[in-house]
Amino acid sequence: MSDLESFRAETAAWLEANCPPEMRQPVVDESDICWGGKNPTFKPGQKEWMDKMAAKGWTVPDWPKEYGGGGLSRAETKILLQEMGRLKIRSPLSSFGIWMLGPALLHFGTEEQKLHFLPPIARGEVRWCQGYSEPGSGSDLASLQTSAEDKGDHYLINGQKIWTSYADKADWIFCLTRTDKSTKHKGISFMLFDMTSKGVETKPIVLISGQSAFCETFFTDVEVPKTYGDDVSSVVGEVNRGWDVAKYLLGHERSMISGDGSSGATSLGSKFADQYGRDEMGRLDDPMLRAQMAEMDIDVLAFRAMAERFGDTFKANLCHPAQPNMMKYAGTEINKRRHELIMSAGGSEVLEWESDASNGGLTARGWLRTKANSIEGGTSEVMLNVVSKQILQLPNA
Amino acid sequence: MPLYLNDDQKMLQDSAADFMKGEGNVAHFREFRDKNCKDGFSHALWKQFAEMGFTGILVSEDEGGLGLGHTEAGVVLEEIGRNLTPSPFLTTAVAGVEALNAGGKALRDKYFPGILSGDSVLALAIDEGPKHRPDQIAMAATREGNGFKLDGKKQFVVQGGSADTLVVAARTSGSAGEDKGLTLFAVDTSASGLSRDSVRLVDSAMAAHVEFDGVVVDADAVIGEVDEGSAVLQRMLNAGRAGSAAETLGVGAGAMDITVEYIKGRKQFDTIIGTFQALQHRAAHLYSEMEIARATVLKAQQMLDEGSSKAEMMVSVAKAKASKATSLSVKEGVQMHGGVGMTDEYDIGLYMKRDRALSEFMGDANYHTNLVAEMHGY
Repeated sequence: MSDLESFRAETAAWLEANCPPEMRQPVVDESDICWGGKNPTFKPGQKEWMDKMAAKGWTVPDWPKEYGGGGLSRAETKILLQEMGRLKIRSPLSSFGIWMLGPALLHFGTEEQKLHFLPPIARGEVRWCQGYSEPGSGSDLASLQTSAEDKGDHYLINGQKIWTSYADKADWIFCLTRTDKSTKHKGISFMLFDMTSKGVETKPIVLISGQSAFCETFFTDVEVPKTYGDDVSSVVGEVNRGWDVAKYLLGHERSMISGDGSSGATSLGSKFADQYGRDEMGRLDDPMLRAQMAEMDIDVLAFRAMAERFGDTFKANLCHPAQPNMMKYAGTEINKRRHELIMSAGGSEVLEWESDASNGGLTARGWLRTKANSIEGGTSEVMLNVVSKQILQLPNA
Repeated sequence: MPLYLNDDQKMLQDSAADFMKGEGNVAHFREFRDKNCKDGFSHALWKQFAEMGFTGILVSEDEGGLGLGHTEAGVVLEEIGRNLTPSPFLTTAVAGVEALNAGGKALRDKYFPGILSGDSVLALAIDEGPKHRPDQIAMAATREGNGFKLDGKKQFVVQGGSADTLVVAARTSGSAGEDKGLTLFAVDTSASGLSRDSVRLVDSAMAAHVEFDGVVVDADAVIGEVDEGSAVLQRMLNAGRAGSAAETLGVGAGAMDITVEYIKGRKQFDTIIGTFQALQHRAAHLYSEMEIARATVLKAQQMLDEGSSKAEMMVSVAKAKASKATSLSVKEGVQMHGGVGMTDEYDIGLYMKRDRALSEFMGDANYHTNLVAEMHGY
């Protein structure tokens, strides 16, 4: 048996032996996702599973061991995820710390910052949120105005962020601030601070889905120390070079949101054929819906292959630096179409907004949520601009 | 295995790209089209394919080939697609060789030397109607003496006019729609009772209508086992479909490159038209579709090479996705070229015609989309 084959066998055995049964049920709604943090709300099995996986470093399997990760190679990480998928095991921990801040610190952070911030993320002890967009800075993010004034031993933060995911539930924020007003991209810094600091206020935004995953976040004379302890800087990368970090992270965010395209990749058609009825040939009993489902199955399988190829080429430094923009565009557009199809298949029953039968309008709310996929983290139109200019090298007007 | 070409495959890609661009380029294609060549390709070029080793990619090393896989065959096919190289590579060295690989040693010993030397051409006699319906094959092969007698008609036999040998799927028992009862035969085109009507297609490739009027073959002509041809056919179709998806991908990529270059140079209203966002977004969308198609094709090839039981599903995904993406590429290509896109002088229209013919080869996007639904059990 090769090393990877034995790793697969050992991993499968460990997962089977250790995963609580509750964590092998499908994720139905938001409360089934484990976010950790200082004020967590755990459902049965969630904490046990998070702690067990964290002890192996498998909440962040490909991070180095010294920062709380599992130290797995890409091939091993793939195997772990494949086995979790095969055994229908839920992710032990979701967080913006894992998806975004972690990769930024691993790339730009000092050794002190890595040792200070990464292990609590891996263990699910600190929940992070992202302070990027502002009311006047959406697609044109670099025009952001939230100011960080240098006051000697600290920065004084004033301004407003918007679309801050789960700001009301987060413990800390990684935040883009303006440290130089005389220039655009080279006057931005990437700062880390405590959301319980004096002068931080959050206000949830009610969305068309009726849910409030996003907040407005206000900063009024918030004091952010320049260092935590003796030597942990509150700024990632150099002061005024935060745009480099943000750009790098946008790549991660874009590939992460694009991942939605292949999530729940079980065939829609086989699911709905059972519910909808079949003809005498065993085919889904609505030829137009069947055709659309089959096209969706193809697009989902195709995008899954694309995601695998993107991951492989990204790790091997073989992919174009602007490729995450293409991934984000394609993945989110597929996900939106997929949810349109789910609504269409559900008919009038999924229109119910609050009934028990509809699980509180779960399908409809999920459908509405996907409309943000092609707006957040860079709109589809901005993605196409970037692809056409940076990859296809089409000229500027 | 990571989902990108390894170093050896990249080297093969470089040499295939140089070869097609140098010897089998669009000018070569036009030359053979314009002289109304009855075979539709250059036999001298086919000999060069053999000298490069390409015809032996799927032949084992023991039998004198390179012992490589579908990924490598696809690398060559993509360059064929990109350069519109006329050749019998797909039917002979990919689908044909895979059919023979599923059969006995005697047949391989008989046919491989000619394929390896670039002297032989194979064609596939599968389709019996205007659409690809291999599960509906009805042509009869009845027992006669030591062998079989073939009666019926096949169409869209690509390279059928120039082929020395046809791989023929026929029914030795059962009826259309049944899995058991199919048998595959290797039939020499010189056989008595076999007639071919070779016609030129929209893309200038040659395909034949073939009539079998009491064509007698002996039992040695059976590829695999009598009545058990479904598995042989499936193996041949997997190779041909993955291969045609790879060639299609090359057509789409070639058309996209030409088009993007064109809109970088063309001026209207004193402006390079490539600066218009209306065109930029469409070009970027096309790029995205082509990238996804590329991932599916490589994934299908790798799964075939690994012998994965799920390869068939991915082959259909690749055939459908490559076909749709390339269809978009050639249509956008002609439209973005404007008036000159309609002229024979510009190459973009040639890509549109090649895509149209390739999409019908071994099942179009609709056919494979339906197959994916069936494989998913709905």
